[in-house]
Amino acid sequence: MSRPVVVVGASMGGLRTAETLRKSGYLGPLVVIGDEPHAPYNRPPLSKEVLATDVSHDAVAFALSDVLDDVMWKTGNAAVAADLDKQTVTLADGTVVDYEALVIATGLRPRRLDFDNRPARGIHAIRTLDDAMALRSELVPGANVVIYGAGFIGCEAAATATKLGAQVTVVGKGDVPMLRPLGHELARDIQRRHEAHGVAFVMNAQLTGVRGDDRVTGVTLDTGVELPCDVLIESLGSLPNTEFLAGNDIDIEAGVHVDAALHALRTTGDAWPNVFAVGDVARFPIPKFDPATRRVEHWNIPTEMARKVGKQLALQLAGDADAHATEVAKHFDPVPSFWSDQFEVSLLAYGLLDQATDVRLLEGEPGGNCIYGYFVGDDMVGVCGIGMRSKVMAYRNKVGLTTSHG
Amino acid sequence: MLKIHVDMDKCQHYGQCVFDAPEVFALNDDDKLEYKATADDSERENVQRAIDICPMQAISFVE
Ligand SMILES: Cc1cc2nc3c(=O)[nH]c(=O)nc-3n(C[C@H](O)[C@H](O)[C@H](O)COP(=O)(O)OP(=O)(O)OC[C@H]3O[C@@H](n4cnc5c(N)ncnc54)[C@H](O)[C@@H]3O)c2cc1C
Ligand code: SF4
Repeated sequence: MSRPVVVVGASMGGLRTAETLRKSGYLGPLVVIGDEPHAPYNRPPLSKEVLATDVSHDAVAFALSDVLDDVMWKTGNAAVAADLDKQTVTLADGTVVDYEALVIATGLRPRRLDFDNRPARGIHAIRTLDDAMALRSELVPGANVVIYGAGFIGCEAAATATKLGAQVTVVGKGDVPMLRPLGHELARDIQRRHEAHGVAFVMNAQLTGVRGDDRVTGVTLDTGVELPCDVLIESLGSLPNTEFLAGNDIDIEAGVHVDAALHALRTTGDAWPNVFAVGDVARFPIPKFDPATRRVEHWNIPTEMARKVGKQLALQLAGDADAHATEVAKHFDPVPSFWSDQFEVSLLAYGLLDQATDVRLLEGEPGGNCIYGYFVGDDMVGVCGIGMRSKVMAYRNKVGLTTSHG
Repeated sequence: MLKIHVDMDKCQHYGQCVFDAPEVFALNDDDKLEYKATADDSERENVQRAIDICPMQAISFVE
């Protein structure tokens, strides 16, 4: 039997890659390896609906298309090592799987605090369905919830926990929450809306300690303040799941470095022709912006990358050299897009907002529905709106950098 | 003919589908999703892309 295409990571990126391979005519063996026990499911609801209501795996699972019928799923089994020269992946149960081509779709995991004497109970992060379900059972009315890290997931969890009747305090480092992605003005506006719902913010602060024996009872901050705490949620950003690739000649600094055709790169910058990365774990250039590489941890990216890798790899394996070369030459050039729901605020954004040197109100009123443009010189690198979605969408195809601004 | 269904209890009107299948999906002036329940077979691939990209997994084909 010929060697299979092996996809490591059974979530959105892995699933969409497998589907696109099949739909593009690849009928050979296909193995999808995932460490979670669950079939692929949708993550954004984890900080929203899943925390708020009694939602099970069924409600968030992705529909599995018929084209996946003969895929071999190895779920509940982590990839623990890989040998890119011998073309093998080793699983936690000791199985060694040979591959013809490897697709890395292992995503991220939350960065966690490292404290001595960390209580075993009451401290959470939100990345997996199991994480969200464990947290949900503790978000009871009147609970003192401290959220450490004021990014999107932290702020969404703050809104959801407040709606459930918890007393929520968000502790974060900058002056305002979500400062880096949104800029000062819009971030401050959203903070005020959170405060109107009863969320407390302690900004410019760091956690220095956690109190409690078996269960967390309080946290201490570098400002000297001590906060009572029944539930601590850590939302401090993420780390790429690349450990299983260690020991190979592959650039995994801050994510798997890929080229514009999504091939993984050696530390020398040369491409591995049969190794790819898709989704949150990938660090890639976006030509419509600049040659710099970055991870983009938003929902549309895994699907768009998977579509390219699936199609391109199917042509490569079919030996269709011309069509493959044409596909490789189509550089991956997406418009990052994200949304976020926090209380009545529904944000919709396109582009790379954090690249902006200048943020301007484009339409509407601060405090109400409004649209901000994110600029470098005259180039719009991003757009973000509260409400006014059809208008925000109309800006989508305008984002990018036309010139290099040194 | 394709038959398309959007579960309006799930749809959050994010409009991601509009970019993949603008002939079928649109946001109206109130930013609510409107869609055509039937479309020509030539739209199959576009609608499938919209199904895949919908963050709420709200869109399906009616068999
Ligand atoms: C709580 C939360 C809320 C979010 N909300 C939004 C939102 O509102 N809007 C938005 O645009 N985006 C949002 N996102 C981001 C979006 O969900 C991600 O961009 C998307 O899930 C990335 O998909 P992926 O397939 O690349 O990675 P993941 O979904 O992280 O999947 C990677 C999979 O690989 C598995 N894995 C890791 N290592 C191994 C290994 N060694 N062996 C086998 N399997 C392994 C992981 O367990 C996981 O199942 C949110 C994310 C989270 C966590
Ligand atoms: S992408 Fe999905 S949630 Fe968004 S408007 Fe379309 S159907 Fe609704």
